[in-house]
Amino acid sequence: MKADFMKKLKSNKTLRSNLITFGMVILAYVIMEILMAAGLLSNLLKGMLVPLCVYAILAVSLNLTVGILGELSLGHAGFMCVGAFSSAFFSKCMQEAIPIAGVRFILAILIGALCAGVFGILIGIPVLRLKGDYLAIVTLAFGEIIKNLVNILYIGIDENGFHFSTKSSLDLNLSENGKIIIQGAQGITGTPNDSNFTVGILLLLITLIIVLNLIHSRDGRAIMAIRDNTIAAESVGINITKYKLMAFSISAALAGVAGVLYAHNLSTLTALPKNFGYNMSIMILVFVVLGGIGNIRGSVIAAVVLTLLPELLRGLNDYRMLIYAIVLIVMMLFNWAPVCIGWREKIKYKMKSRKTVKNSGKEA
Amino acid sequence: MKRFNKVVSVVVASAMVMAMAGCGSDANNGSADTYKIGGIGPTTGGAAAYGLAVQNAAQLAVDEINAAGGVNGYKLELNFQDDELDAEKSVNAYNTLKDWGAQIILGSVTSGCCIAVTDKTKADNMFQLTPSGSAVACTQYENNFRVCFSDPAQGAASAQYIGENGLASKVAIIYDSSDTYSTGIYESFVNGAASQPFEIVTEEAFTADSKTDFSVQLQKAQDAGADLVFLPIYYQEASLILTQANGMGYAPKFFGVDGMDGILTGVDNFDKSLAEGVMLLTPFAADATDDLTVKFVTSYQEKFGEIPNQFAADAYDGVYALKAALEKSGVKPSDSVSDICEGLKAAFVEISIDGLTGAGIVWDAAGEPNKAPKAVIIENGAYKAM
Repeated sequence: MKADFMKKLKSNKTLRSNLITFGMVILAYVIMEILMAAGLLSNLLKGMLVPLCVYAILAVSLNLTVGILGELSLGHAGFMCVGAFSSAFFSKCMQEAIPIAGVRFILAILIGALCAGVFGILIGIPVLRLKGDYLAIVTLAFGEIIKNLVNILYIGIDENGFHFSTKSSLDLNLSENGKIIIQGAQGITGTPNDSNFTVGILLLLITLIIVLNLIHSRDGRAIMAIRDNTIAAESVGINITKYKLMAFSISAALAGVAGVLYAHNLSTLTALPKNFGYNMSIMILVFVVLGGIGNIRGSVIAAVVLTLLPELLRGLNDYRMLIYAIVLIVMMLFNWAPVCIGWREKIKYKMKSRKTVKNSGKEA
Repeated sequence: MKRFNKVVSVVVASAMVMAMAGCGSDANNGSADTYKIGGIGPTTGGAAAYGLAVQNAAQLAVDEINAAGGVNGYKLELNFQDDELDAEKSVNAYNTLKDWGAQIILGSVTSGCCIAVTDKTKADNMFQLTPSGSAVACTQYENNFRVCFSDPAQGAASAQYIGENGLASKVAIIYDSSDTYSTGIYESFVNGAASQPFEIVTEEAFTADSKTDFSVQLQKAQDAGADLVFLPIYYQEASLILTQANGMGYAPKFFGVDGMDGILTGVDNFDKSLAEGVMLLTPFAADATDDLTVKFVTSYQEKFGEIPNQFAADAYDGVYALKAALEKSGVKPSDSVSDICEGLKAAFVEISIDGLTGAGIVWDAAGEPNKAPKAVIIENGAYKAM
């Protein structure tokens, strides 16, 4: 049995690559847990563990749209926002009704994923008829609309049920003992802190399993066929709309999960341009591009590095953001500039040829 | 790609080593000769003006106190971390400060970030004093105190002031619905106005994305016949509103709150004559003539080259309040974070300080300061008490 598996491992390249990806995440988890137990981890890093999982999940999920489906989406933070607010709303309402944090959080994750997924389908139906730049523009607009909608939304609860308003909390007409849950621009305050590193890693692993399995499945190959040549894919009978929508909504639902994790990590949730605006969408896109479009493992690594970097550079004070920007530019050039690619190839070739020279020398 | 991955893993590994290098010291036991104060606020990005003001003024106060011999014979040390106006980054900044060994937190500067940090300081039982986090939830736990007025206090006080002094019979409000500070004051103003003898004729909102053209809002206020426009917003937008109102020949009274402070000094190319007759409720006026303010403004200007705003004043008062509380409680820098917190909590309700933002400021156990808001009117390009 074991030998069988090893053989399969040797011959099957994707299986090996997938196992490396999972192994990397699990190893990181084990190392962090050991360090935490030994008290060697700085508070900063301890506090960053959950956000790291959030950004890794976001990057992986966006890579599904950008890398596998081949469509540029700039509204990913919008789906995250939907997931975050729907789940935080649920948790806040159910804080008393479901006192067990674990159960409540699992339900919150499902609700967040579901809401974001539904939004993904709703947005996807009209939007996926567009291509390239047009799609990017519409998704960008979607993200902004979500953010602005959340900012004017007021929801309160009292013994008569829910009250909604888009004007102000005074228009909710709550009774004396009613409480406001979503307060417009002030967002949701007092979400229970249910996120932790273990849950974050589990969700990241689930995300990886879903995305990697999808890529290597029949559906995944259909999705990639659409990416590579839509007309050819259509001509062999692939249902374009179905597969596009499938990839897009799964990607959205996973972004929703990241949003849930984000919302339950902080006690305040506000939809600012900084966390749910297009800046964030572009940030996620940067993770994907730097990690390699279509490269899932690269997305995880890039998300972790780029999230950690500005925090680790705190020692540089005023130059922090400057250095961060320069690092971004250098990384982008190193990865994608033709000159750099040529240079990297050359070095690789040299190393290889040196090895062969050595070997041939031995033979002689 | 493989090669890139290798490089990346090396970078990650070295980064982690760097991060862990700083955690040998036990954060609970600070060094024996300095009180370590951690400051948090936005020093980059759109709200950098507020964070930098707090950072500068707090540093100024710390330097002054140290030069005068420190507190209980010990020096103060300030480490100010950037939070980029993001709650998540604010928590990161707090954790960085904890690694540094902070014993007291001065921050966060903005409400949203502050609320996120209160949860963490509560868990660690670290004393937190926010200079300018005005939302109610900023002082939700007993270890949180603030220097500025809370939003409801400002809104209600403004409504009361307008009503009691008979400034207007019809009031229009223009506020920023995407800003916590502005909506907070707006709501409490409307609540407070219910019992006052004036009528709110129109309430117009704008958002951070559309804060350059206010002609629609002003037109509505004019059509409704408002004789006073209440502006619970920051001075940058207020300066545009004043300019545009002047352009359309609409001249009601304008009434602002502490965010309006800075209108005479903070905006480039703003015709200051337009601000004539503007009233505002502010705890601090940079051109007041009392000794304390004059001394503060001169040394701030000398050091940082600009006139301080009320954020700076709040931070300055905050550091002096900490000094007073530290002296009263007698806690030593070698005490644990939790002991310092308990000591300060007990001492804060007993102290009374004469600061820039008010004389005889006292705190209640809920963390709210009790000081009288000063209403000023702008006359001949300067604040004049009303």
